[in-house]
Amino acid sequence: MYNIVFTGFLFDCLPLIFPEIIKIHYFCSMIQTKNLVYSYSGSESIHFPDIHCDAGEILLVLGSSGVGKTTLLHLLGGILKIQQGSVCIDGTELSSLSGAVADHFRGQHIGIVFQQNHFVEALNVLENVILAQNLAGKKTDKKKAMALLEQLNVGHKYGKYVRHLSQGEKQRVAIARALVNDPKLVLADELTSALDDENCNEVLNLLENHARDTASALIVVTHDTRLKDKIDRKVILESK
Amino acid sequence: MNVLKLAVKNIIKNPLNLLMSTILFGLGVGLISFLLLFNTQLREKFDKNLADIDLVVGAKGSPLQMILCNMYHIDNPTGNISVKDAAPLLRDGHPLIKKAIPLSLGDNYKSYRIVGTNYDFMSLYDGQLSSGKLWENDLEVVIGSTVAAETGLKLGDTFESSHGLISDDHVHEDVVFVVTGIIYGTGSVLDQLILTNTSSIWKVHAHHEDHEDHDADEHHHHDHDHHHDNSNAHLLHHADEQITSVLIQFKNKTNFQALNFGRNINENTDLQAASPAIEINRLYSMIGIGADILRGLALLIAAVSALFVFIMMFKSMRERKYELAIMRVLGARRAKLFLLIITEGVLLALIGLIIGLILGHAGMEIVSKYLKEDFRYVFSGLRWLPEEGFIVIASLILGVIAAIIPAIQAARTDINKTLTRK
Repeated sequence: MYNIVFTGFLFDCLPLIFPEIIKIHYFCSMIQTKNLVYSYSGSESIHFPDIHCDAGEILLVLGSSGVGKTTLLHLLGGILKIQQGSVCIDGTELSSLSGAVADHFRGQHIGIVFQQNHFVEALNVLENVILAQNLAGKKTDKKKAMALLEQLNVGHKYGKYVRHLSQGEKQRVAIARALVNDPKLVLADELTSALDDENCNEVLNLLENHARDTASALIVVTHDTRLKDKIDRKVILESK
Repeated sequence: MNVLKLAVKNIIKNPLNLLMSTILFGLGVGLISFLLLFNTQLREKFDKNLADIDLVVGAKGSPLQMILCNMYHIDNPTGNISVKDAAPLLRDGHPLIKKAIPLSLGDNYKSYRIVGTNYDFMSLYDGQLSSGKLWENDLEVVIGSTVAAETGLKLGDTFESSHGLISDDHVHEDVVFVVTGIIYGTGSVLDQLILTNTSSIWKVHAHHEDHEDHDADEHHHHDHDHHHDNSNAHLLHHADEQITSVLIQFKNKTNFQALNFGRNINENTDLQAASPAIEINRLYSMIGIGADILRGLALLIAAVSALFVFIMMFKSMRERKYELAIMRVLGARRAKLFLLIITEGVLLALIGLIIGLILGHAGMEIVSKYLKEDFRYVFSGLRWLPEEGFIVIASLILGVIAAIIPAIQAARTDINKTLTRK
């Protein structure tokens, strides 16, 4: 009896002593959203379904254009400020971060591949990937950046300026840039719409493997129906 | 990839803009630095050559010309005066005058002026012999350091003078000067002069004008050859001879009589007296207007170039908004983007500044060659003035000012709006 009381007491104390442990304990998903609502000024608010994605898992978010796919992606990526609801990444509540702390968190833990990717024009391919390391506050690791580019079949273009690359190549460089810091969460917006079937499969496989290898969560937001059959877990966004 | 490296890559990316803005900025800075160098060195020369002389007395004419000729040795004499007329000044024991130094001009060697005077002249400029000894006899000379360096004259060397104050073909062939001493460099006009006693000048011209009298004249002067050349007493024996001017130091500069001394000479005698300080101030104010206009122009160029940098960066913000947004996505704080753009502005200013300082100093060095040929005045483009520190600081501030609005714009980058705007 005494023993049970004591253990219970200890258990209650844990969150006070090790708050980090408890967070991980409560949210076993790498990313978890709850009651996420966003409204642009002057327009109707968008309600998003709760989503969660575990480490090493892939989640497909499907929806036709205009239902708020990109808005969701920006909310998950910490680009848009959360107005209502919560986004929790690996135990950290995004809405609790602000300013430089939020920027730093985003740089370190979230990798984003956009539908249309932009690069620093004055830098070449390799430098753009290395820039991602530096801006996240990590040390320059040329080997790692190079290895990623090789893996994505754009290693030979490392010294080229990005504006001289094809759309598909740019996409790959953007993926390398998103993955170089081993983020806990990778977000991809219309990842494959610019790619043909063959490339689509290849890129998807690569991201899948990476998610598994680094135990990160991958969320692909798309209206590309080709992906439907390739990814098991999906969430469908619908306009109300 | 730190901010500095990224900023460097960004400004190199657009070489045309880089060239335009830095050269424009460089021109402004260069002009300012040149004016600063020129003005400072000119004033230094003039001030150093003032040599505490209170009054110059010579032949009537332009007072400024008389000062420029007799103190700065860059203009022709207003004429000659007779020893007789100048005698009251030259006589020892004048109640107001501490020193009266006679000057006789009229000859040159390779356009370096030969000045007939006494030993006091050297002490005006704190001249010290670096080798040899002072002149004792006629036709012995002591030369300034620049003369020694440029003509290659050494102790014991002889040379023939040319008539007039600039080098020409008319050489006084029969009269040979011999170098007995060389003076340490003083940075003053003394460096570019050849000094001898007054009677040597008379001797040269006696040869020239009065060849028949040669023997008698020679003999005549010979009596005084061994005079110690520190007093004007022997000059007074030659009342009919001529000198160019007398440099005067007063015993008491603020003495009422001393203050009126010049005016008395001008009103009551055939001589002309002029105060170097007053004439040089007049000269400064005349040059000053031109210098002010140039300085205004330089500031205008610098301001226009800063405006150019501003417009260029402001425009490029529109093209670069996507990459700035991406940098924010990758974890760059707003402050970092602000710093990046400011760094780019400062870098442009810095490059312009370096170009400008090189232009200014190179320009001064080139102009100094001409000044040396024309006036025998030595200026240097290799000197760095403490005031140039202000140019450096002002340039960097200008760079920051030009970049501040684009930098604020960059810091305000809204990732969501930028990336979703199609």
